[in-house]
Amino acid sequence: MVTVVLFYLFAVILVGSALRVITAKNPVHSVLFLVLAFVTASCLWLMLNVEFLALSLILIYVGAVMVLFLFVVMMLDIDLEEIRSGFWKNLPLAILLGVVILAEMVTILIKRPIVITGNVDAQVINPDNLSNSYQVGWLMYTQYSYPVELASMLLLLGLVVAVALTLRKTNKNAKYQNIAAQIATSSTGRVTMVKMPTEIDRTVNEVTDSSVSGEVVKEADKEAVKEVTPEKITSTDGEDKK
Amino acid sequence: MIGINHYLVLSAILFAISVMGIFLNRKNIIVVLMSIELMLLAVNFNFVTFSSFLHNLAGQVFVFFILTVAAAESAIGLAVLIILFRNLRSINVQDMDSLHG
Repeated sequence: MVTVVLFYLFAVILVGSALRVITAKNPVHSVLFLVLAFVTASCLWLMLNVEFLALSLILIYVGAVMVLFLFVVMMLDIDLEEIRSGFWKNLPLAILLGVVILAEMVTILIKRPIVITGNVDAQVINPDNLSNSYQVGWLMYTQYSYPVELASMLLLLGLVVAVALTLRKTNKNAKYQNIAAQIATSSTGRVTMVKMPTEIDRTVNEVTDSSVSGEVVKEADKEAVKEVTPEKITSTDGEDKK
Repeated sequence: MIGINHYLVLSAILFAISVMGIFLNRKNIIVVLMSIELMLLAVNFNFVTFSSFLHNLAGQVFVFFILTVAAAESAIGLAVLIILFRNLRSINVQDMDSLHG
């Protein structure tokens, strides 16, 4: 008797909160009602003796996914009136569709209610005195170990994709490859000829031979300037022709 | 006494409500994502119900995988939503027609 009352209580809360999720004006209220729906569903799963998944549902959905939803909803600046437009226009079609889907599924169940017969305990791997968490965990790490690893890779993929999608490219410290600029370069843009006088380490000359150093330095300066100047002229000519 | 059919009807009601939610909130992609979560909950409900009444734990392991996929899906979906909002300044589904499909 208690089970029946609890089932109908939870079922009414679940359906009511699900209806509020899709009809609430404010998306924040929708998220909060979705949290209520998940918690109620978790209670119903507990009534089915599915403890591990009931607790996982609260941990994963209410703890992680719904908080993420709430974070995003509160972060976005949404025009509440604009997103509600078309709600009443779509209502008759939506009700029709929902009623048809529900009628189809319920008709099958009413016409042919599912009756469980026979030896249903044949596929239970562990004896029943072990807890549900133990049994599910035992299955996941033996028979389903490869799918569990694949699921972990999927979570890693989701993490990487979420970071890669939302990463802003304006971070000053980060190094990015500018592919367009790399392709657009030419050889003339790489080298720039600069005119400047030759620098000679005078201290070395003065120490070795102080008497003739002055003449040598002057001649070396002139030669250096002659060497640099023609190249500078040719390179600028090449740029002008382009 | 509460049998398997009660749970299955409840799951069907939940599924129909989430389909209605997708139709009603076509402007608001956040509620569409939430309706998809609700739909996955309805499907999980079926798995858990059959698993519990048939005493077969494979259904529960499958629900675990569905939870994993749903978590990754909602994370990526919200990331895409944030990029869309950053570029379009809107979460209206009708504005997301830059591919001209």
